[in-house]
Formats: sequence, C-alpha cells, structure tokens
Amino acid sequence: MAEITTLREAIAGLVRDGDVVAMEGFTHLIPFAAGHEVLRQQRRNLTLVRMTPDVIYDQLIGAGCANKLIFSWGGNPGVGSLHRLRDAVEHDWPAPLQIQEHGHGDLANAYVAGASNLPFAVLRAYAGSDLPKHNDKIKFIQCPFTGESLAAVPAIRPDVAVIHAQKSDRKGNILLWGILGVQKEAVLAAKRAIVTVEEIVDELQAWPNACILPHWTVSAVCRVPGGGFPSYAHGYYERDNRFYQAWDAIARDRDTFQKWIKAHILDTDNFEEFRQVLAESVSQET
Amino acid sequence: MTLSAYTTNEIMTIAAARLLKNGAVCFVGIGLPSTAANLARLTHAPDIVLIYESGPIGAKPSILPLSIGDGNLAETADTVVSTPEIFRYWLQGGRVDVGFLGAAQIDRFANINTTVIGDYKKPGTRLPGAGGAPEIVSCAGQVVLVLKQSARGFVKKLDFVTSVGHLDGGDARGRLNLPGKGPVAVVTDLCLMEPDPATKELTVTQLHPGISAEQIRKATEWEIRFAPELKETPVPTKTELEILRDLERRTRLAHGNLTAA
Repeated sequence: MAEITTLREAIAGLVRDGDVVAMEGFTHLIPFAAGHEVLRQQRRNLTLVRMTPDVIYDQLIGAGCANKLIFSWGGNPGVGSLHRLRDAVEHDWPAPLQIQEHGHGDLANAYVAGASNLPFAVLRAYAGSDLPKHNDKIKFIQCPFTGESLAAVPAIRPDVAVIHAQKSDRKGNILLWGILGVQKEAVLAAKRAIVTVEEIVDELQAWPNACILPHWTVSAVCRVPGGGFPSYAHGYYERDNRFYQAWDAIARDRDTFQKWIKAHILDTDNFEEFRQVLAESVSQET
Repeated sequence: MTLSAYTTNEIMTIAAARLLKNGAVCFVGIGLPSTAANLARLTHAPDIVLIYESGPIGAKPSILPLSIGDGNLAETADTVVSTPEIFRYWLQGGRVDVGFLGAAQIDRFANINTTVIGDYKKPGTRLPGAGGAPEIVSCAGQVVLVLKQSARGFVKKLDFVTSVGHLDGGDARGRLNLPGKGPVAVVTDLCLMEPDPATKELTVTQLHPGISAEQIRKATEWEIRFAPELKETPVPTKTELEILRDLERRTRLAHGNLTAA
C-alpha cells in the first residue's frame, strides 16, 4: 500500500545498507532525486542494478555507496565515458566494484522473469560471445521441446526498486508515459518500491491501457517536481544535455568530483536545494 | 562537385544510408548509424521503419537523438513499447530486417568489441559494454556496421568478443544456429567492406573517391583483402549533402551545439 511521504523518509525507511537496489528509467525519467537522497544518507555496500548506469550511478559509485554493479551499457549517453565507474573498475577507487555484465535484452528479460516470479529468463543471444566466459550468471540451456540451445539468466529480484514517474493520484496510483523502459517490470520484481512523481493530482485521467502501477504495488510515493533532472520527464521538461556534458569534466577528476558531491549533494538538504546550488555554480561559471 | 566538397564523415554516412532499402525495418544504434538511417529516411527511403532499443517503433525524429531515449523519438514514433517488449516481440520475434550498429573495435570476421581493451579483470581501457548489440547481432535479419577506420579499431585480434559477427568465418554462424545472417557490410570513412561469400572474411569491395588501397592498409591492423574488381563509391549528390547538413544543423541548434557520440 502506497504511503505518500517525503523522499527523505522513504529512503530512510526503505533502502538499507547491503540492499540490491534497481533505479530504472531508460534515458527518460531517471530517478535522480532519489539517487541523490541515497547518496546523502550515505548508504553503503549496495548492489546497484540498472541497464544503463548513467550519471545517477556514476555519482553513487564515486561516492562509495556500492560494492557491486549489475548493468548492460555503462557510458554517458551522447557524451562518452562514465569516469567514476571506470575509475572503480580500472583502479578500485574509491573501493573495488564487482561488476556483473549483461546485454540490454538479457537484463530486460531478467526483470520480466523477476516480475513473473520465475527463477530465470530465456533468450536468443550470446552464442559465440565472450560475455558468458566472464559472467557465470549467463548460462546455456537446452529447450526441452526442440532441443535448441538458448541463453538463460537469473531473474532480477531487487530488494527495492526506485523509479520516477509523471503523476500519481492521492491514493498513490502511478501513471507514466513516453519511453517506458523497464520501470513497470522493476517495480513488480522488487520487494519494495519507491516512486517519485512530478505531481500528485486528484484524477489521473488516463486511458484504460495506460501504463499504471496500482497504488498497492508501491511502498512510497514522493512528490519531487523536477526529480528526473538532468534526464527528462516527457510533458514536463527536456533532458539537460549540457549537464550531461558538464558531468564529463566533473567526474574525470577525483578531487573535482568529491568537491562537487559535497557542495551539491552532501551539504544540501534536498533536491530543491541541490537545484538552487547547481544554478548558482553554473551561473558563476558563465 | 569537387572531391573536397564533402568530408570523409559525410561520405561514410551517405554510403551507409544508401545501403538501407525503402520499407526496411531497421534497429538503429545511436550516433553514426542513427544519422545514416535518418538520412536514408529523408532521401530514398521515406517508408523505412526505425526502431530504437528504448522502445520507439517507426520513429521519425526531426532532429538527431543525442541519447537512445530522447523524447523526440517517442513523439514521432508510430508506437512506443517497453524495453522488454522491443527485445522480446520485435527483435527476437524476427521482425527486424537490419541491425544498424556502430562499434569500438572489429576484427576480420566483423566480430565486435565494445567491452574492454586489455584484460577483462585488469582493464587497460574499460568501454561502455554490450548494450543491445549481443541480441541485435543474433536476431536481426542482417547487420550493417558503421565506424571510422583506424588500425586501433580494425584489429587482428579482439581482446573481447562482445557481439558476434562471423566468429572464425565460414559457416560458423550456421553451426551456432544464430537466427540472423550477421554482418553483410561494414561502412567506414574510407571504403565499404563485405564478407567474402565463402570464408566470411571482410573484403574491401568499394573505395570512396580519392582513397587509395594503401590508406586502407595503413588503417587496418590485419592484412586486409581487396576484391579483384573494386568499385568506387558514387560521389555524394547535392541533395544527399544538403539534407544531411540540414539535419545536422537542426540537431546542433536543438542540442546546443553538442554532437551525438
């Protein structure tokens, strides 16, 4: 049953040290505000799951919140590398990061298996690839009916899924639209789910087959306008491509990164204050 | 039109776009492949269907997407489905004619590395990883690769095979029972390569105007083969260049002078 609460309380109550956490959103609706709050509350030893780690996990990894990453594409979209992820993998900084690497179709299927209460997913991929040699979670099985060889990967069952959506109503029914990614599957695969939303409205006014997560599938709903920034929320605001590019320089250097994290996240109270501090630091640069 | 009237990037994009037939269902990677696929849509292939792995089917973006899930892709698509659905029903379901992809490194059998340079456990350079490519190279009817040619990118031996091309050549794909035909062409800024029909080794079949065999040898770490009768890529037409430049100009304005990577 969804509790409508503050983001601080939701993260404090629902995300624990050592949890398997999936913060999903495929370029669109990335739950940055929630990611920041996890960082601000300094969770440790998290296993982070995400198809595209993006800047949200670059921040958490660089800040030492994670000891394992399950992912399928780890770049800064449209820009280049995620330098904090690379530094963790290449130089164990700030701590060793175990990685478990898949393809997109594979992870998408693994979430579906999790949501479907199946132990594993089956797909056509990886024949001839080196990925199964370095990831013992990718195996091959024989179809009991046709005899053909298929790839199998374990279901993803996060302790907590975290997503950002456009709207909820006052009961906590969640509506999202546009690029949907794997958010529905991540929430239904997880034991607990936190959803930040752009706004809470009286009526969702959605079509019958719109993507809705009923209130009883999520644990907490938090109103955080702009909570997907610097990614975008379809119908609300566009992706801040300049931030993604600026992140390259911030994350490239350890000191610059640490100072940025301290000033913008650790020393701010919430996402609104983060946006204010960021606006000030951007205006000083220009 | 003189040779200097277009750039090597432009002829690469245009040569790649020409390979896409009107009406083809095309699973598009971000960056160069996306530029070429949209150029095809705006020139000779108005009915091409562009699918992006983030979920848009039949995307007709007015500006090039900077990331794989840009809002413009969703707004201009015939429909937008979830990521599991894209991979399960549409790609694995066998509805994609062409996988149109970039790569960091390839070898002579068009196998792809987008994972790591050096040892996996002690990486020299960690690359972004697989994305959707392992599933695309398996399941798309055929695959076209677009990437700039250099000795660092066209290597004798890959440190890591992320996504398979023709493995060790011959009928290797058939032995593994892969549903799709695999790479049928590699388009670079210097030439077009196609797999030899029997050995599946990449062979230069077409040179871009003004490019020498020597330039291609220097930009390939393995001893590259050339077809006995080499064709020359037709010079970009005025229309192709105008449409491409207009698309890139609109994109630069919209993204604040950022370029798609």
